[in-house]
Amino acid sequence: MKYDVIVVGSGLSGLAAGIRLAMFDKRVVIVEKHTVVGGLNSYYTRKNRTIDVGLHAMTNYAPKGARSTPLGKLLKQLRLSHDDFRLHEQEMSAIRFPDKCLHFTNDFELFKQEISEQFPDQIDGFMGLVKKIESYDELSLFTSEWTSSQDILKSYISNPILIDMLFCPLMYYGNASERDMDFYQFVIMFKSIFIEGFAKPLGGMTYILNLLVDKYKNLGGELRMDSEVESITSKNGIFKGVNLVGGDQLTADVLISSMGRVETLKCCNPPLELDWEDSGSTGQVSFMESLFALDQEPKNLGYPNSIVFFCTENQFRYEVPAELIDVSSGVLCCPNNFKYPENLSEGMIRLTNLASFRLWNTLSRREYIDAKKEWRAKALENLFTFFPDFRDSVVFLDSFTPKTIYKYTGHLNGAVYGSSKKAKDGTTPIRNLFICGTDQGFLGIVGATLSGISMANLHVLQSKSAQNR
Amino acid sequence: MNREEVRQAVVDILEDIAPDEDVSSIKDDISLREQMDLDSMDFLDIVMELRKRFNIEVPESDYQELVSMASCIKYLQPLLKDRQLAS
Repeated sequence: MKYDVIVVGSGLSGLAAGIRLAMFDKRVVIVEKHTVVGGLNSYYTRKNRTIDVGLHAMTNYAPKGARSTPLGKLLKQLRLSHDDFRLHEQEMSAIRFPDKCLHFTNDFELFKQEISEQFPDQIDGFMGLVKKIESYDELSLFTSEWTSSQDILKSYISNPILIDMLFCPLMYYGNASERDMDFYQFVIMFKSIFIEGFAKPLGGMTYILNLLVDKYKNLGGELRMDSEVESITSKNGIFKGVNLVGGDQLTADVLISSMGRVETLKCCNPPLELDWEDSGSTGQVSFMESLFALDQEPKNLGYPNSIVFFCTENQFRYEVPAELIDVSSGVLCCPNNFKYPENLSEGMIRLTNLASFRLWNTLSRREYIDAKKEWRAKALENLFTFFPDFRDSVVFLDSFTPKTIYKYTGHLNGAVYGSSKKAKDGTTPIRNLFICGTDQGFLGIVGATLSGISMANLHVLQSKSAQNR
Repeated sequence: MNREEVRQAVVDILEDIAPDEDVSSIKDDISLREQMDLDSMDFLDIVMELRKRFNIEVPESDYQELVSMASCIKYLQPLLKDRQLAS
């Protein structure tokens, strides 16, 4: 069977690309290697609990009717209504460092006020930065020079603690590079977290993914699970088709891959010469995450916030740690602390720390299991120097590491935010082979979905050559 | 299709791509972008729907002809004059 488009990966970007293409009667198939959809934003089941993998909260919250926001654009393009996402806003989140704490909600004014109270001598600089951010076109699909956010922030703000406090949430929720951020990514993350804000869909990722899968299938799209790409064939630099593990061959005019840029190029046959720029930019940033199901609401245990980004030392380091994980900073998420119509069935706290794929990957199976327990305990010990102890209330716990992420998603190094070098226009050395998802450049749930939409629009629906096919 | 039917065809498309919008109050002489907050992604959808529903190709150089309801009708009517509005 010959398709118009093959999409690799049934994460948010792949599903969104599939929906757009099926909407306009393209013959499209999504191939997914795993048995569950979702990619980096998937879910799994343990002891009758369904647990989201990636999702703490959805960024980019916008109210109904805000059509020109990223969420508004996404809904329009997928022809979904705001109500379909069943979003519930956060209560309040915080950035907590040893001597300072900044709160924020989905009302940006509160955050400005917090900064003016906690850092009175920095508010003018901060407002200058906000002005620059607000007028920046971060969604352009054309690649610009890498611009250091550290340098830009230093030109507006002289207090290094405030700079670290601003970086902490933005890096944890979407920075593929260590220590610094390309400024357009900083702008995307700043707007999506501080100006727009957090919400959670009732029913979590399972609900959102099912919504998208149903939409896709109702439009006539085909979804093949348990179908791993073995190789991508091309002739004279033009994409021809894919071979699946197990022997099936699919051909199409266009391939849109969400596997990751380097991961995709490595599958190409005949093989491509990967230059340093390609292989050297493989993402390194990954995390260990532990989930603690509780016998009561986190609020009752002294955890009133939705999300807390913390650093227990004066200097925040966003880099691959020299040990298995870095316990000195992290993210705490309390899924219960969102404005749901009624309480969730069970209390839960999630804890995320930076982790080293390389070190986790050197361990034997036995060592790996022991190390998970040991480092989870260390992370908690450090956490409880800052926050109340909840160990006595834990009824179930589980952890996953960069190795787990690699195993299920195939992203090299378990790099959840992909390569540090983004392919914003999605093009590759092979004609009609395009990248979407984390390596294209838009991050988060809304970002990933927009990535799939943009690439399908740009390279298939709007494309002159596609119209003449 | 007469003028009124062409207008209805465009309204139908707008209704589909902007489900939360009230399309009954669209003023013909004011730009759609302004009235409905449409962006370039939405214009792509209008063009794609015209292709899907009526097999009409609108080249990129003609996108400006779709700026308002009045200009849409003026541009589309010659192309749609022999067509029936789908019920």
